[in-house]
Amino acid sequence: MFPNPFDYYAPETCDDVYALLHEHGYDAKVIAGGQSLLPMMKLRLAAPEVLVDVNNVADLRTMAVSDTGLRLGALTRHAEMERAQWPDYPLLSATAGHIADPIVRNRGTMGGSLAHADPAADWGAALLALDARVTLADAARSREVRLDDFFVDTFTTVLEPTELLTAIVIPAPPRESRPFGQYLKLERKVGDFAVVGVAVTASLDDAGRVVTAGIGLASVGPRPLKAQAAEALLVGQTLSPAVIREAAEAASQAADPVSDRRGSAEYKRTMVRVFVERGLAKIQADWELVNRASA
Amino acid sequence: MAVEATEAQPLGKAVKRKEDPRLIRGQGRYLDDIVLPNMLYMALVRSPYAHARIRGIDVEEALKVPGVQAVLTGEDLAQMNLHWMPTLAGDKQMVLATGKVLFQYQEVAAVVADSRAAAEDAAQKVQVDYEPLPAVVDPFFALTPDAPILREDREEKSNHIWHWEVGDKEATDAALAGSPVRIKEVIRMPRVHPAPIEPCGCIADYQKATGKLTWYVTSQAPHAHRTVLAMVSGLPEHMIHVISPDVGGGFGNKVPVYPGYVCAVVLSLKLGRPVKWVETRTENIATTNFARDYHMTAEIGATEDGRVTALKVSTIADHGAFDAAADPTRFPAGLFSIVTGSYRFPVAFAEVDGVYTNKAPGGVAYRCSFRVTEASFLIERAMQTLALKLNMDPAELRRRNFIQPDEFPYQSALGWTYDSGNYESTLNKALALVDYDRLRQEQKERRERGELVGIGLSTFTEIVGAGPSHTFDILGIKMFDSCEIRVHPTGKVIARLGTRHQGQGHETTFAQIIAHELGLTASDVLIEEGDTDTAPYGLGTYASRSTPTAGGAAALAARRIRQKAQQIAAHLLEMAPEDVEWDGSQFVAKGLPSRRVSMAEVALAAYTNVPPGMEPGLEATYYYDPPNLTFPNGAYVAVVSIDRGTGQVRVERFVAVDDCGTVINPMVVEGQVHGGLTEGFGIAFMQEIAFDEDGNCLAPNFMEYLVPTALETPRWETDRTETPSPHHPIGAKGVGESPNVGSPAAFVNAVVDALSPYGVTNVDIPMFPWKIWEILKTHGLAL
Amino acid sequence: MDNGKRQSVTVRVQINGETREAAVESRTLLAYFIRDTLGLTGTHVGCDTTSCGACTVLLDGVPVKSCTVLAVQAHGHQLETVEGLEQDGKLHPLQQAFWDNHGLQCGFCTPGMLMTALALVRQEPLADEETIRRAISGNLCRCTGYMNIVKAIRQAGRTVAQTQEV
Ligand SMILES: Cc1cc2nc3c(=O)[nH]c(=O)nc-3n(C[C@H](O)[C@H](O)[C@H](O)COP(=O)(O)OP(=O)(O)OC[C@H]3O[C@@H](n4cnc5c(N)ncnc54)[C@H](O)[C@@H]3O)c2cc1C
Ligand code: FES
Ligand code: FES
Repeated sequence: MFPNPFDYYAPETCDDVYALLHEHGYDAKVIAGGQSLLPMMKLRLAAPEVLVDVNNVADLRTMAVSDTGLRLGALTRHAEMERAQWPDYPLLSATAGHIADPIVRNRGTMGGSLAHADPAADWGAALLALDARVTLADAARSREVRLDDFFVDTFTTVLEPTELLTAIVIPAPPRESRPFGQYLKLERKVGDFAVVGVAVTASLDDAGRVVTAGIGLASVGPRPLKAQAAEALLVGQTLSPAVIREAAEAASQAADPVSDRRGSAEYKRTMVRVFVERGLAKIQADWELVNRASA
Repeated sequence: MAVEATEAQPLGKAVKRKEDPRLIRGQGRYLDDIVLPNMLYMALVRSPYAHARIRGIDVEEALKVPGVQAVLTGEDLAQMNLHWMPTLAGDKQMVLATGKVLFQYQEVAAVVADSRAAAEDAAQKVQVDYEPLPAVVDPFFALTPDAPILREDREEKSNHIWHWEVGDKEATDAALAGSPVRIKEVIRMPRVHPAPIEPCGCIADYQKATGKLTWYVTSQAPHAHRTVLAMVSGLPEHMIHVISPDVGGGFGNKVPVYPGYVCAVVLSLKLGRPVKWVETRTENIATTNFARDYHMTAEIGATEDGRVTALKVSTIADHGAFDAAADPTRFPAGLFSIVTGSYRFPVAFAEVDGVYTNKAPGGVAYRCSFRVTEASFLIERAMQTLALKLNMDPAELRRRNFIQPDEFPYQSALGWTYDSGNYESTLNKALALVDYDRLRQEQKERRERGELVGIGLSTFTEIVGAGPSHTFDILGIKMFDSCEIRVHPTGKVIARLGTRHQGQGHETTFAQIIAHELGLTASDVLIEEGDTDTAPYGLGTYASRSTPTAGGAAALAARRIRQKAQQIAAHLLEMAPEDVEWDGSQFVAKGLPSRRVSMAEVALAAYTNVPPGMEPGLEATYYYDPPNLTFPNGAYVAVVSIDRGTGQVRVERFVAVDDCGTVINPMVVEGQVHGGLTEGFGIAFMQEIAFDEDGNCLAPNFMEYLVPTALETPRWETDRTETPSPHHPIGAKGVGESPNVGSPAAFVNAVVDALSPYGVTNVDIPMFPWKIWEILKTHGLAL
Repeated sequence: MDNGKRQSVTVRVQINGETREAAVESRTLLAYFIRDTLGLTGTHVGCDTTSCGACTVLLDGVPVKSCTVLAVQAHGHQLETVEGLEQDGKLHPLQQAFWDNHGLQCGFCTPGMLMTALALVRQEPLADEETIRRAISGNLCRCTGYMNIVKAIRQAGRTVAQTQEV
């Protein structure tokens, strides 16, 4: 297996990356983990003339935690998130362990996954649930875009060919609340993309009331989806079975799946409901556990 | 616990494998590891359409790619009359397409270049002008008058290939009609692929100066490949040297001869340089021989107390564009007639119709002795349906119908003579291991709590070791196998066989057999396979035939050595040969146990001090024509639960008790069972090559053709009973395939058992979660 | 490294402790660089979709699928392959355990499996069965059904843990 020939550059600064992207425009492709791009190039489904390898750009590897949130460099690998121990962001490690397989996770990056914009990708769903933003930059400007505005369609984002996704910004959970996160994925085996993926996160106060909630969906639409109506239903509520059922039903209405070899549209829609229900029930159970322990 | 290869009396011991030291060091020599001086690389151009007329092929641009040496098309081959080749099933297959392509990914042109990269670059530049034609995907449609005729080369203008039947139809119909209880079940075994991790490939190295072709090939049957190549190419057979190096798994995939092989040979002949071709995974799954693809209907008649009275089976066999099955000549549906299984059917009838469709050709015996998997799946599934109909425990139903130990050799209604078995004791062992009665009790309790829990049985009988020359041949060549043993002066042995292992451990197990017979240790015996210049002729390793055939040959060749050795021993002891006996490890003077000679001493004498008049040396060759096949059997129990939310099935337990007769190496047998069960699990739950209505292959790679990883694979619990084969020299029956043959039905039976209270009698494999969920929904069980 | 050229990028790696350098096309995948250019054929190729793990090697100690990394991306880095496991004529505990426990049959997946396992036993020698199964879930084996592989990794892990204690 050989990709088509290409010119290869491995710059060490963002500015050099911008310059190369500016020079080569549509002919160039950024390579990060290469775990989506190289498989396509090997099958000759993609044939960029120029490859700009960003793995040597140290700025893309930074991670910063602050009061307002978490800022992750685009080169953050899935495996790093799987091992990460950030009590404020439990959904990150919960999600990472479901992506691809352990070896692919050692290479694949969060930025690459988002830029690739596969509707089945797990980070898309999880980071939508977390209300993340991405920083996009080129030689001229840098802009921060809400992830919900970043995804346009299948394999399509608002990224310009000259732009680099440099970082992912995740807002901190509200004070006086405790965040929980669950990622539920139906896959046919390890290494399979999600038949349905559901990310559920919620911050609960001492009374068990939902302060913020996020629900992201993978593989049930042309792009990763954010189940906003369902999220809204949860805020201010305690997670009673009735509330959970209502939110799960709303989330399944937000799904827009197609029937294929992985299941009928009805099946996938139902899985969204089942997974949201299970995810929220688990969050409630976890909250009760923590609460009992601290009581 | 495993023991070293230096153990004495090694038969039956868990001797550590002799092949492992090189493999764990990365020093195996697989096909793609071989690099010859001046070697060229070949890539194939393949059809994007399942059915299309070729209007023209333009190779101009491809030839311009730097490093390209030649491009070969079907028209070029036609000039040498090499554009078609015979299949092992007596059909023929296009090497490179001329006129029409008949399946997606069919071979259309071959490009050869100085490097892999250049070959791939050039292949991309070959322009083929296609006129797409409607594709025939459904074999039932293929048989209707509306279907286009796919094979224009055939005289018979029909997509029907052959009809095969066995048994007494009238008597079976009558018995069915007269039976108070009858069931009918439509059972499908979809198209799957063996998909060993090493794909297929070859290097053809033709030396113009000597006229000799050395052909390195990933082959389970090097001698058969040499014969086929001689027939196809016209090269004299002794000028073809086939070498099958280390093989990275086969499971039936590496039995046939593929178009890419022929192209590489033609190009090497033409250019006088070695040509390597290694297929990609996509090429492997989408074009080399698939397995199964049987659409079966079973009918069973029975008495009210559950005694079976008749079995009737009809089947449509989808062979794709060419019948490239690797079955023995007289068995176009392989050994499918083992379909009466472990049960006493007084009458039976089975028929199979082979059909052409626009799909890749096949099918091979995927870890299976020629369609035995299909047969076992059918009868074990149908027995489940019958148990449900009778409202009888499936274990009890089986007990009532088992062939009894005192009935062996047992003559089956479809013509086989079963060698031995004790089915009930094998089943009892399995039931005891799972604690069947308690399980049923637990199932009751869990059902009351709303859980879906199922227990599935499979008590299959296999038929392996093809086979006796009166019945079995491939392309006319009888299906014996062979072993040549040379004992050297210091008592060290080289033995060569006509088989070719692909992970089964022959270098160890055959060494154990020979060492045991000769009073040596396994480390004293070097096994060589896969080189046609040195090994005696044999038909190869598939269909669990190596131990039954070549294993028999090894034991008997060793015994031949011992006969001569006895005379030499007598000479050394200065006694008459009849006064010397073999005590299992040495020759001993009768009545004088202190006077003894070892095989090593005999070996030295064979070259230094033979009795007067005796030919020196200590060698023997044996061609073993088995008197019968062997009939391994087993009892498997699967316990599953179903997630009512998602339709996911969890295998909670799986117990496998196998009876493969005498065990040569229990560690290797257990390993074979683990591997086979895992493949059976994959087939039951995820492996399937599906097509869309245009004949596009929907699972041409490991992203869509799903094989289990360590995480999905259940923990296997294995055990054995040991009923030796009475006719095999050491009583061994073969085990490589039993677990793959027997397990799929156990999984399905367990899922059906879980759903049976709601009237479900069948679930089609692979049992993807969505399929189960659709059933749950229909019956109001989905959460 | 010669940035920008299509042909002939120079790749220098430290592989199994030895420095090797060669000029290859920029599009050369690491797996072929190791196999064809450096002649270390223990690393295998079994698929085209980054699924099988037969090509697994350690890049700076981390398992990667070498069929999905460019050779030029390994420039200046450390590589470990199956050929580097045996030290001073002594099998690595993993090799020994695979042999003792019948952890391989055809052996084609074995080098990749060993390298994945190597990273695991270095990090977590006493990993439980579930952890081991998860860790090797990117490596397909069609022969063994994984049971004996898991057993072998556990045995090797215990050996490694013992030597670490000493
Ligand atoms: C066998 C296998 C199974 C997989 N299963 C899953 C799965 O279950 N779930 C899942 O979510 N993913 C899965 N993936 C995909 C994997 O997660 C990839 O790592 C990820 O999608 C892409 O990340 P990458 O860093 O490898 O990107 P690359 O392959 O390097 O790049 C992907 C695309 O993004 C662009 N790009 C990358 N980085 C940037 C950047 N910083 N700025 C702008 N553009 C950029 C590239 O130009 C390219 O177009 C699987 C991959 C494989 C091989
Ligand atoms: S060759 Fe299969 S993952 Fe690399
Ligand atoms: S041992 Fe054959 S693939 Fe693993």
